[in-house]
This record gives sequence, C-alpha cells and structure tokens, in this order.
Amino acid sequence: MSKHIGQGDGPAPLERLINGILPENPVYRQILGICPTLAVSNSMESAMTMAGAVAFVLLGSNLVVSLIRGLLKPHLRILVFTLTIATFVTIADRFLAAYMHEMSRKLGPYVPLIIVNCIIIARCEVCAAKQSVFTAAADAIGQSLGFALAMATIATVRELLGFGTWFGLAVMPKAWPAWVVMILPPGAFLALGLLMGAVNWIAAAWAAKSAGGGEEAKKA
Amino acid sequence: MIDVLIGLAPVLVAAVAVFRWYALKQIVVCLACCLLAEAIFSAMRRRAMSLGDFSAAVTGMILAFSLPPSAPWYVGAVGSFAAIGLGKCAFGGLGQNIFNPAMVGRAFVMICFASAMGASAYVIPGASLDVVTQATPLTAAKSAGGAGPDWSMLWPLFVGNVNGSVGETSALACLLGGLYLCFRRAAKWEIPLAMLATVATVAGLGDWLGPRHPLSVLHHLTGGAVMLGAFFIATDPVSSPLTSGGRWFFGAGVGALVMLMRAYSGYPEGVMFSVLLMNALTPLINRATIPRPLGGSHRAIPSQTTNGAP
Repeated sequence: MSKHIGQGDGPAPLERLINGILPENPVYRQILGICPTLAVSNSMESAMTMAGAVAFVLLGSNLVVSLIRGLLKPHLRILVFTLTIATFVTIADRFLAAYMHEMSRKLGPYVPLIIVNCIIIARCEVCAAKQSVFTAAADAIGQSLGFALAMATIATVRELLGFGTWFGLAVMPKAWPAWVVMILPPGAFLALGLLMGAVNWIAAAWAAKSAGGGEEAKKA
Repeated sequence: MIDVLIGLAPVLVAAVAVFRWYALKQIVVCLACCLLAEAIFSAMRRRAMSLGDFSAAVTGMILAFSLPPSAPWYVGAVGSFAAIGLGKCAFGGLGQNIFNPAMVGRAFVMICFASAMGASAYVIPGASLDVVTQATPLTAAKSAGGAGPDWSMLWPLFVGNVNGSVGETSALACLLGGLYLCFRRAAKWEIPLAMLATVATVAGLGDWLGPRHPLSVLHHLTGGAVMLGAFFIATDPVSSPLTSGGRWFFGAGVGALVMLMRAYSGYPEGVMFSVLLMNALTPLINRATIPRPLGGSHRAIPSQTTNGAP
C-alpha cells in the first residue's frame, strides 16, 4: 500500500472534484452503489435524503482515512475503512431516526446498508488512503455530487411518471395516469438502464465531437 | 412478416365485428404508435428505416389484439413504445430481442395501469354494445361454483361473440389465420400444436378428475387467448426456439403454464406471462437441442457470441 507515496501523486484536488461529478460519476460511469440507487429512488425526497447521508459518510470517512493514512497497514486497511465508515453511518442513522423519523422509517435498512456501499470503500481505497486531506475532501465532495446527481435524475424520472409529482408537489396534469411500474422495482431497473444508456450516448457524442473538432483544428 | 399481417386479417375482421369502435380505436392507436416508435428509434440508432419489414406493424396489431376494448388511448400508446423501445430496440432491434415485443409492451402496461387492464376493466356497464357489458367468460368461470360446464357458451366462444381482449375472442378467426401462417410456414406448426395439445391434455385431466368445473376441455381451448397465443404470439420466430424438438418443448411449456395460471393464479388468463417465461428459457432450450451434424460424433459446441444458439 501507499504510505510511501508522496503528496504529489494522483490527480489534483480540483480534478478529483470535477471527475466525481460526471467523468467518473459513481453510478453512471463506475456503476457502484447500485443497491441504494435502485431501492430508494422512487421519490425525490428519499433519494435526496439518501444522497445527503452518503455525502456525510463519504466526507467523514475520507477525511479520517486520509488523516490516518500513514498508520494504515496493507492487510488491515479494509477493516479500518469499514470501521470508520460504520462509525459515520451510525451517526447518520441515529441522526435521521431522531430528527427525520418518517424518512428514517421509509428508508428502512438502506441507511445502515451505507456501510457496505462500494462508492465509499472505493473512495477510501482509491483516493483517501493515498492522498492529502484536502484532496480527499475534494474527492468526497465530487463523488457525493455525482451520486446526488444520479439519484436526482433517476428519482425525477420515477417520481414524475409514477406519482406525477416532484418533491411531493403535483407537476403533471390532474388526469395524469400514474405509471405504477415506475414506483416498483422494475421501474428502478428500467429508469437506471435507460438513463445510463442516455449518459453513454451523450458521452460518445461528446467524444466524437471533440475528436472531430481536434482533427479539424489540426487541418486548419 | 407480410404473411403474418395477412394471417391476422381474419382476426382483425372478427375483432371489428365483435367490438366495433372499441376494437378500431385500439388497433389504430397501437399501429400508429408502434410505427412511430420504430421510426424514432431507428432514427436515434442511425439505422436504415426498418418500417419496411412490417415487424413493427405486426407488434402493433398483436399488442392491440391483447388489450381490453375499454382501455384508454394512453394504454395502447405507452404499451407500443414499451414494446418497440424496451422489448426490441433496447436489445438491438429485430432479431436480437429475447422476449416477444408485443408481450413486453402488454406486461408493461399491465403493471403500470392495473386498473385499466385487470379483469374488471373488461366490463363497460351501460355500453351500447351488449358484449362488453358482461364479464369475460374466464372471469365468470373463476367466480362460478360447481355448476358444471355451460355448453351453450361453446358456440359464442368459437365464433367470438363474447367479451375479452380485442382480438382473442374468436377461436375460429385465429384458427383460420393461424392455419394460413402454418401453411405458408411463417409460423412453425410444432409450437401451436404442442401448446394446444398440452392445454387439451391438462384440461382433459381436470375434466376427468373434477367434472363439475365450469370449464371443459373445449371451453379451455376456445376461450381466452389460447388460440391467439398459440398461433400468433408463441410463434414469434425471433423469441421461439430454432430446432423442431425445442419448439415442441416450448409449445408444451407455454400450454402447461397457461393451464397452471388459469387454475391457480389470481389472473383469469396467463398467456402473456407464459409466453414471456418460455421466451426467457429459449436460449437454454436452443442450447439443449443443438442438432448433431450428419456424420458428427458429438454436438456442435455453442459459440458464446450467438447466445447459445447454434
């Protein structure tokens, strides 16, 4: 492992932050954290609560792991990550139960399950265990924003079609027939799959455009 | 696929004769939306316009035939886009889909709009058309106790003058169109034969064991979507097995599942779910029935790239 790796290695803080949002989006590009993405994305409210909880846990554990990265032993590092994450998840879980009781009941086991959310373990392993506190924080913020973006897009599609509302506010016309399937688990898979397809399609179009643009610039 | 459209013509005539405007509405909506969806998705994929192979038209017709006459327009529209988009284009277009596109569309709207698709949606109280004011025969049989079969129902069930999904009511029309398909080899004869034989066998066993059941063998064969399913839905050349033995197994599986769902599930009819379930098994059936090459000592090894199909 990496305690000998110096400060200058790895992407810079700003690059980490921007990469997390779209180029390395945890859901659409890395396909991590799919379990909460599918399970709680049928309304904006629960999706955003989940995104907030994940952001808190990710930021906290990235900071702690980055601070103690000099002490990590290679064969024990995953254990240390998990313990750190579990601490922050417990805080988040108790906080939700105390101050947002309804939402805590609605999210059910998915808040405790953040412990095994691969996004967070992956960020500890990829970034926090190797880079400075500042970079780790930027990385956590970028990945959290990326996760929130993915949750927001999926939940928007599912809530609009399934309930005709957005954040509980009626958006669609009164006669809107609710697409019940979009609230049910199949709707999660369909929405995720189609949105992932759309993201890949846009990414491919951008790549083709920039490649084409580069060639044209060379010709000129 | 033009042969399938010709084969569907008698069903279309029967549907319009029985349900009039209700049938016409479903068919126009589904056909238009399926063709539109096909045009949009082929434009998105930058492929040549694939309307000319008529597969979208066939999907639209079969989807329309499987909807209740009372379904609002958006059921057909959403079902069509789900059928073409999720059922076919998401897999890579015609020839790549693992499920029957029309049944994917129907399953989607069935879960989406349960109140517009369930057994009670078939009844339109106070409609000027007598047929749609009563429950469908299979629903009625579910609630009827041990009164024994109603033999006077048999002739209406055969010609189609009963309530039901738009195109499923007339066994006669499905039989005529289906035999044309088999004769033209647009549909493989093993699937309908195996399916109908299995339905008859299971229903016959039921008759023998419990003679007071309201549905006899003939009721099971002519009622519901068995005839439409056997000839037009299960025989989809893309999502059904490639070998003769595989097709026998496929048809028998669909028939057995239909009888299982009719007898024990909450739904009165189960052709859609049966076909979808057996579609899911098709790659396995293909793999298990790879023919031995003449003079070869062992079966050809399936290539991973062709999804197990030889």
